[in-house]
Amino acid sequence: MKKKFVVGGLVILGALGYLVYAGLTQSAVYFVTPSELAAGPVPGKAYRLGGLVAPGTLEWHPRTLDLRFALTDGKSTVPVRHRGTPPDLFAEGRGAVVEGAWTAEGYFRAQQIFAKHSEEYQAPPSEAHRAGYEELLRTLRGEPR
Amino acid sequence: MIPELGQGTLFVALGLAVLGTGLAVAGGRTGRTALVESAQHAALGVFALLTAAFVLLVYAFLTFDFSVRYVAHNTNLGTPFWYRITGVWGALEGSLVLWAWMLALYTVVVAARHRERARVFHPWVLATLLGVLAFFVSVMTLAAPPFTRLAPVPADGRGLNPLLEDTGMITHPVALYLGFTGFTVPFAYAVAALVTGRLGDDWIQLTRRWTLTAWYFLSLGLLIGGWWSYHVLGWGGYWAWDPVENAAFMPWLTGTAFLHSIMIQERRRMLKLWNLALVILTFSLTLFGTFLTRSGVIASVHAFTQGAVGAFFLGFLALVVLLSLGLLAWRWDALRAQGELDSVVSRESAFLLNNLLLVGATFTVFFGTIFPLLSEALRGVKVSVGAPFFNQVNVPLFLGLIFLMGVGPLIAWRRASLDNLRRNFLGPVAAGVVAAAVFHRLGAGSALAVLALALTVFVAATIALDIGRATRARLRMGERLPAAVLGLLVRHHRRYGGFIVHLGVLLVAVGVTGSQAWSVQTEATLERGQAAELAGYRFRFDRLDAAEASNHFKVIATFSVSNGRSTGAMHPAKKFYPQETTPIAAVDYRTGLVEDVYLVLGDFARDGSRATVKIQVNRLVTWIWIGGAVLTLGTALALLPERRKAA
Repeated sequence: MKKKFVVGGLVILGALGYLVYAGLTQSAVYFVTPSELAAGPVPGKAYRLGGLVAPGTLEWHPRTLDLRFALTDGKSTVPVRHRGTPPDLFAEGRGAVVEGAWTAEGYFRAQQIFAKHSEEYQAPPSEAHRAGYEELLRTLRGEPR
Repeated sequence: MIPELGQGTLFVALGLAVLGTGLAVAGGRTGRTALVESAQHAALGVFALLTAAFVLLVYAFLTFDFSVRYVAHNTNLGTPFWYRITGVWGALEGSLVLWAWMLALYTVVVAARHRERARVFHPWVLATLLGVLAFFVSVMTLAAPPFTRLAPVPADGRGLNPLLEDTGMITHPVALYLGFTGFTVPFAYAVAALVTGRLGDDWIQLTRRWTLTAWYFLSLGLLIGGWWSYHVLGWGGYWAWDPVENAAFMPWLTGTAFLHSIMIQERRRMLKLWNLALVILTFSLTLFGTFLTRSGVIASVHAFTQGAVGAFFLGFLALVVLLSLGLLAWRWDALRAQGELDSVVSRESAFLLNNLLLVGATFTVFFGTIFPLLSEALRGVKVSVGAPFFNQVNVPLFLGLIFLMGVGPLIAWRRASLDNLRRNFLGPVAAGVVAAAVFHRLGAGSALAVLALALTVFVAATIALDIGRATRARLRMGERLPAAVLGLLVRHHRRYGGFIVHLGVLLVAVGVTGSQAWSVQTEATLERGQAAELAGYRFRFDRLDAAEASNHFKVIATFSVSNGRSTGAMHPAKKFYPQETTPIAAVDYRTGLVEDVYLVLGDFARDGSRATVKIQVNRLVTWIWIGGAVLTLGTALALLPERRKAA
């Protein structure tokens, strides 16, 4: 009797091991920095790319939902394109992680953008920042500047 | 003055917890009740002091005492009243205070209730609970002190993370921590059973309801977390297999396994060792989860504060595991199984398989979560393991578990005869097969979804069959229908409470299946008056408005939403917090039993002429939350006190 259970258990454990192995080989994605990607990008291969959104590179075309920016680690810079609105917490000079693939055309096509949620907030923004919000409110309400 | 008082309170609590642990151990070794009594008083003292510390921290938040670093970092003058209270557990230091306070609460309740009933275990239970408490209070005094002063004192605080300003954040951490800390109680009894050598099922009988309570709160915490994610984060999902989520999910899986395997020990005196190991594992996983989320070893989108706390937790985890393994080794001979399994086709093996699948799922989640660490340490390659891995590996396991949910409660103990199988499963299997055919004909599309729903119908049919049969028996005895069902539920509340919990889990499964298989989404930029279409709905962008709240500005869009039959307005918005450099979406969604319409405002033109919007039609998501409510009812029923057996 005991033997049946041991054999059954081993079969299940084997199946589990196979599931994990197959899952990892199919779905684990290499996590690279812009320099690492620039050193030898393989077109079509899935990567997760993490870096800083390089200042002055963010372009957003609302009509076509085309989002372009570059991720940098200070040494290399990788151009990234994405279809969709920039997510909350996404801005120039901030960290971002994107998942997608390198294309033969020489840019990174991001399927997903992860911006960091953080529990505590560092640099408190300036007064100018607040003034910007207030101006936005006035504009929307149609009040004079 | 108040902060110093708080800090002092914590130091005294630490001393008292350590002293109490020592007294309880001494009481256990010598058998002198006076010592145990003193330990009990120490536990009461720790509870009183932690309550005081908690109140002092709340007071500091309510009075905007920005001279306290933690207060200044997690609130500001604009924070609304209720969020100043919940801001207390908005970050690490305060969460630990809440955690320790709950553990102290469990400790005094256990002490009060079980003093008489479990005299032999009592000193060791107290020692374990007070020891764990001493650890948490030491973290609070040494690694993450909540009352540290800030100099110079800022005029205003930074404010709470806006994402945490939500009703979900009032309840989610409370439920989750009640679950986490709750598992300390069965763990403490397991330790007591090992130390005293009374390894029968006394400790299981004594802790069954505690375990169920902890399991319930953990389930609730996970569900509320999903709900918060769904209606706050604006991605239309409720679960992302993020390390933080996995950290809470692993003890839930092993806790679920434990709730089932103790039934075999109660009934057949088997699995003694396994049950002890499971409860030790569950408790260790709650510590491991905290280590994982608070140490910063694993990159997570949730990114909590990091610090020395990680090292504390890792050290304590190692201590707990070593001591527990030592105890298990010491009692090894007494723990060898007495019962023997009779047949592969029996309730015992259904439960064993359930345990194997649950622990297997725990292992895969564990492995997937730490794989990036392993890969970097061993191969020097950084990888990330995301949702595709966890789904691929766990979906087959969960389908298997749903199947067993139908088999386990109805199959015979020891050895199921062909007749037993036919009587209990022929109908439900037929129902499942018919359901599969119907779903397929209706164009369900995904084979996986058809399989999941068919299994759900199969399980629901087994439950209906059992309740129907038992009710008919009572009707034959002359009872009337409502009384018969009610009497059945109350009389056999453990069994039928379990069934109702299973129904709740089935509803969650239906919601997950539906939302994964049939949700649709699109994204569009619309000029004022222009409309987008999705799944039979028309969304017309009407205008943008601005509003002001105590601590943020809000830009509110108005969309006319119609599906041919009815029209209504929806208002997705963006919130601008002065302490934030980027705005945060405020989702608007309309719930329905079949589908939710879910709008997220993206970018917009500053003159209000144009807006980009993400539109989702999410199928059956509501059933996840309904499942949570059903699960609550079932747990409440199962928790009813045992009826005293007639002498």
